[in-house]
Amino acid sequence: MNNIVKMFLNLIVIGALSGIILSGVFGVADPMIKANKERELKEAIFVVLPGAKDFKVLEKTVGQEKLIVYKGIDENGAPVGVAFKADGGGFQGNIGLMVGLETNYLKLRAIEVLEQLETPGLGDRIREEAFKDQFKGLEVKPKVEYIKYRKPEKPNQIQAITGATISSDAVVKNINRAVEKVVANFPQEEMTRAEAAPQAAPKEAGNGK
Amino acid sequence: MANSLGYEFKKGLWQELPPFRLVLGLCPTLAVTNSAVNGLAMGLATIFVLFTSNILISLVRKTISAQVRIPAYVVIIATLVTVADLFLAAVFPDISKSLGPYIPLIVVNCIILGRAEAFAQKNSILPTAADTLGIGIGFIISLTIMGTIREVLGFGSIFGVKLLGEWFEPWIVMILPAGAFLVFGGLVALVNWISSRKAEKAASAAMSR
Repeated sequence: MNNIVKMFLNLIVIGALSGIILSGVFGVADPMIKANKERELKEAIFVVLPGAKDFKVLEKTVGQEKLIVYKGIDENGAPVGVAFKADGGGFQGNIGLMVGLETNYLKLRAIEVLEQLETPGLGDRIREEAFKDQFKGLEVKPKVEYIKYRKPEKPNQIQAITGATISSDAVVKNINRAVEKVVANFPQEEMTRAEAAPQAAPKEAGNGK
Repeated sequence: MANSLGYEFKKGLWQELPPFRLVLGLCPTLAVTNSAVNGLAMGLATIFVLFTSNILISLVRKTISAQVRIPAYVVIIATLVTVADLFLAAVFPDISKSLGPYIPLIVVNCIILGRAEAFAQKNSILPTAADTLGIGIGFIISLTIMGTIREVLGFGSIFGVKLLGEWFEPWIVMILPAGAFLVFGGLVALVNWISSRKAEKAASAAMSR
């Protein structure tokens, strides 16, 4: 066989086969990956809004951007807080947070880290409970701040992780930016308004294994 | 081939132990070994791709023309890496998260292409299987050892279990890239020292006879 034809055939056959294999594997794996992400998101919402039994998704389009918040409600439909994602650059890549805010927009309820690529052992300690717990009940007015090496003095301060100031700073900045957007675009009445009580079994029981 | 299967397998464990003797695949070696479990997981993912891709390459070695062998191998390797990546993300989302971008980077791990060039394209399936299993297991052991050393010195723990008490001040540098080079250099020196001692002993034994 002519060598040039053989070269073409080699690459065409290998390329086509790998395409077929990949589309097959992707077809199976993609729904599972999406389901994993969805489950993670839902679990994070219930983590940052303790007491929530269900949530309602509220959407708003501001300019080019689509804002999504999750309004957590308890078993009677009374709002317990509002959760939303806060993304932004960290030390090495995106830090994705789920932030839980009280419905009066004054204090945080909790935060959860959804994704991060920070330095293992330093920046990635933002995932540790000791760091995340600092945000429970933290005041967001005028804005969240961090201080170094010392215990926080004001109700809107957290202590940055030693050796990972950039990561701590990124978390604080993400929270401030996201809180500001939500507060500006979702009138507080929308958050304090009671919703219909969730029907039937609480949703998270089915998802959380 | 003249060498026995046992020899082809065993050479990956010491004589051509990657990455200390066969100095290939340094990118994952240096990047992910900041904890023992990451090193182990990276080793396992690598052996999967190494084994399957080199078996495939050994199978098609006679039909692929020499001029296009490299692109053909790269397509095969990239396909398998993508399959491994999708599989991990779908079934083991936690492991996939902690290895992050390093799984896709297996594509450019020189060990895999190196073994394809140096071995799989010249040998039939059985020797190829023995060769890649040996090299792969050697790689797993090396990465786990490196991860363990760096984790003990940098965190005071092994596989996430606290080993050293509060008195121990972690050497943060060990978790950072610089620590990877320090440990790698130390281990290369150790491996070379052991083999030169072996060679000396063998030489003096031959003399005295």
